[in-house]
Amino acid sequence: MRLSSSKHLTLLVLAAIILIAPFGFPSNFYYRIGSLIFVNGLAVTGLVILIGFAGQISLGHAGFAGIGAYACALAPQYLGLHPALAMLLGTALSAAIAWLIGRPILRLQGYYLAVATLGFGILVSMVLANEAPITGGPDGHEVPELGLRKLLETIGLDLSNAQFWYAFTGLFLLAGTWLALNLHDSPSGRALRALHDSEIAARTVGVDVTRYKLSAFVLSAVYASLSGSLLALMNKFITPDAAGFLHSIELVTMTVLGGAGSVPGAVAGAALLTMLPQVLTVLQDYEHMILGLIMMLVMIFMPSGLVPSLSRLLRGRT
Amino acid sequence: MNFALRTAAAVLLLGAASPALADIKIGATVSETGPASSLGDPEAKTLRMLVEEINAAGGVLGEKIELVAYDDAGDPNKARTFATRLIEDDEVVAIIGGSTTGTTMSIMQVVADAEIPFISLAGAIEIVDPVQQWTFKTPHTDRMACAKIFENMKAAGVTKIGMISGSDGFGASMHKQCLQIIGDYGIEVLIDETYGPNDADMTPQLTNIRGKEGVQAILNAGFGQGPAIVTRNYGQLGIKTPLYQSHGVASKAFIELAGPASNGVKLPGTAILVANLLKQDDPQYAVVSAYKKAYEEKTGSPASTFGGYAHDALRLLVDSIGRAGKAEPAAIRDAIEQTKGFVGVTGVVNMSATDHLGLDLTAFRMLEIKDGDWALAQ
Repeated sequence: MRLSSSKHLTLLVLAAIILIAPFGFPSNFYYRIGSLIFVNGLAVTGLVILIGFAGQISLGHAGFAGIGAYACALAPQYLGLHPALAMLLGTALSAAIAWLIGRPILRLQGYYLAVATLGFGILVSMVLANEAPITGGPDGHEVPELGLRKLLETIGLDLSNAQFWYAFTGLFLLAGTWLALNLHDSPSGRALRALHDSEIAARTVGVDVTRYKLSAFVLSAVYASLSGSLLALMNKFITPDAAGFLHSIELVTMTVLGGAGSVPGAVAGAALLTMLPQVLTVLQDYEHMILGLIMMLVMIFMPSGLVPSLSRLLRGRT
Repeated sequence: MNFALRTAAAVLLLGAASPALADIKIGATVSETGPASSLGDPEAKTLRMLVEEINAAGGVLGEKIELVAYDDAGDPNKARTFATRLIEDDEVVAIIGGSTTGTTMSIMQVVADAEIPFISLAGAIEIVDPVQQWTFKTPHTDRMACAKIFENMKAAGVTKIGMISGSDGFGASMHKQCLQIIGDYGIEVLIDETYGPNDADMTPQLTNIRGKEGVQAILNAGFGQGPAIVTRNYGQLGIKTPLYQSHGVASKAFIELAGPASNGVKLPGTAILVANLLKQDDPQYAVVSAYKKAYEEKTGSPASTFGGYAHDALRLLVDSIGRAGKAEPAAIRDAIEQTKGFVGVTGVVNMSATDHLGLDLTAFRMLEIKDGDWALAQ
């Protein structure tokens, strides 16, 4: 129950970092990177619940991000919804789809589950790319302005576009982190972690394995969907790449790199993989090689991921 | 546990190294890797080569050019981030890039907000129609390719055609744009077939077209391997009506894939494809042969249409900086818009406030495949 005592500390530190970091930002570009870290961090937090807590793999979560993103692009155009409502609609849709497909595919385990979720993700990105008359196809679709920034302006809070998205996505990440940390310590969280270690043992002690797996899957789909919506609204433009296979893999990599069972690890993994490509551009041709090397070294020397390994190291010293 | 977070914050704070002392900084974000690398790779190589060349010749306005180039891997989200970085962090005076329509679309919003001139390397007509104040582009559009083909058909007395189009992004877009202007040439489509991007046999669709009474020519709008298969099936079926392909397959690889059936196929292509066939008095002769020679010597690979887009973008930009007399974004933008008679690899560019592409149909040459090689068609 170590995490329980440090739960508020984790949230506090995260909030402090989000608040203090901008004082060192020389330009709007850094706000953009920050916002991307928060958006990715949100989706990865969802995957921590699914992969880290419940022990179920998904290689198709970008599919939910795609649903969330295209809800914000298409619902305002075809249904006349406000983008904020479109975001909620996307979330509801993702949750419903996750519930529907989760029931059959969560019976699968290991590789079979990985391939089934992979198929789902590819299916979503193919529909988005092929239904060009509705979705705009591979060339993408515009997303309307959220309008919240203008609203804040009228009450005297004057933020630049980059600053607004930094703050807005930061709030979502904090809320997502808070929820995940609470879940971790709740009876449901313990049930999830029990089935992570042994499904049979969990079932023996009376955990409704099917139901908990499904809830974790739906919850992580909601996280991914919100992250997709935020990305779409922030960029005001979306292409099927958001739902693509590569994005799914990227999210899982962030989860594992940060430490699959750790909520702050989600943010660390997202931060590392979002910033590294930007920092490594100075290396030009060796960029991808070094990125791969760093990822390999982290996994070899910190097999349980950045945050759990480093915290163990720190505790060992004190 | 919080150590990692602090480290992350520290890295975030430090970010990239501070920029070097500035000459005139030009930014680029192209898709050097990823699914669009066949476009982005020659573009990036061309930009680097030309910057060296221009600097060796003394630069522009007495200053050297510094190229800041990033690889967005064809991801619109990355392209947007790099465009932000180029403007905010590297403080460039103009941006070249957006190898694909998707990446271009996401860069366009960033440059509009920051008021930085941007020259796109992507094909879609939506990039310049409606005209956006800060966005220009150098590649010709699908609509122009359609127009060139229809012009040729009309001259040959063709009024009724059959169409067969790929259902991928390129095929669908070209199909749509061809249908928008086909009426202007008094041509009608009697039969309209499609195929999937991974289909391995188009015999059924071609049999339908062959069976249709009155079809005088066949037009195939497609990209990649599809048109090569269409051409081979066309040969196997012994169809006699002339076959037109699009600019999407204007490469040597198409002739090799399609085999002997490709003889007699007509398609619109750019001057660079037939550089050795250009006459000395052709307005593009000097530019095209100089670029082709330099690129092939430098990289050892054949010059492509895509590298040509990047060539035109950079030359046009440097030319405009020279005419603007100062390296300030607003002045450069105005100078680009006032470009008249600029001869590029793709065509002769005449920009205006209502035309941010500036090419006309002379940018396309009607080509015919003869004995496994390109020839100018009549």
